[in-house]
Amino acid sequence: MENIISPENIVYQKPKLLNDTDMHYCPGCSHGVVHKLIAEVIEELGAEEKAVGVSPVGCAVFAYKYIDIDWQEAAHGRAPAIATAIKRLWPDHLVFTYQGDGDLACIGTAETIHALNRGENIAIIFINNAIYGMTGGQMAPTTLMGMKTATCPYGRQADLHGYPLKITEIAAQLEGTCYVTRQSVHSVAAIRKAKRAIRQAFENSINRRGSSLVEIVSTCSSGWKKTPVEANEWMTDKMFDFYHVGDLKNTVED
Amino acid sequence: MAKMKGAIVVNTERCKGCSLCVVACPLDIIALADKKVNRRGYRFVEQTNPDACTGCTSCAIVCPDGCITVYRKKMDN
Repeated sequence: MENIISPENIVYQKPKLLNDTDMHYCPGCSHGVVHKLIAEVIEELGAEEKAVGVSPVGCAVFAYKYIDIDWQEAAHGRAPAIATAIKRLWPDHLVFTYQGDGDLACIGTAETIHALNRGENIAIIFINNAIYGMTGGQMAPTTLMGMKTATCPYGRQADLHGYPLKITEIAAQLEGTCYVTRQSVHSVAAIRKAKRAIRQAFENSINRRGSSLVEIVSTCSSGWKKTPVEANEWMTDKMFDFYHVGDLKNTVED
Repeated sequence: MAKMKGAIVVNTERCKGCSLCVVACPLDIIALADKKVNRRGYRFVEQTNPDACTGCTSCAIVCPDGCITVYRKKMDN
């Protein structure tokens, strides 16, 4: 046993870019897994000095505290506009935004759609957990029909609340996007696929191929009032029926 | 026949006891520690049968906080 635990036998460890600061996320939150994937991909691309992230308002507002690269905090929803400026000023940098559904699909819808439509050479990581986690579990634009939240305690109804917004499907219709995909991080296989998607989106940004959008269908165990394990099960049962996982658009030739 | 032997080291102070690794382990040899908590008050996970571990890394991949380091070595017997 002791002779196994030695540095030359390490097959998996926390990426170095993900620092030792304790993350404020609730236990089992998908944000942690996605943070880890972003750190791993940047390390593998050797882009530590060239990566700039734009953090949102929402649970991931402190993303800059956990991944040791350059970050810029944006006003609520304005991350794609900030990323546009950074990428235009530093065309050889890897520029990405990290946004939740409230930031990207509600207050920042205009910035998101226009940045993607202009074909800005940025990658957008979109965490969709169908609820406003940070503010206490209110209804989000992406909340599923019939789903109960603090502000629709009887379930989302079309006549009162309208329909959930599939921002990723909209992005796939835009001329400026080169890669639009929807992934999840609930299992080992799904995490591997999500990592490949993030890697491709980041390569697209570095190589200036157009806008990339990677939606990660995520859990919010606190907002959904479930354990992390139950939240993953609920997500695979309910979310995937509406938010189909897979590539929606890929114009980049391998 | 050469056999893969694995071992995990859990950063128990960073662990929040979410149990996603407990479910992900294909051998079912990770569990929440009994009546033990870390300095933040979370029950952390520990391996229940270290000899069975193959070092498949499933637990570490699903861990949202990157608490698990996995080691693997080929044993010649």
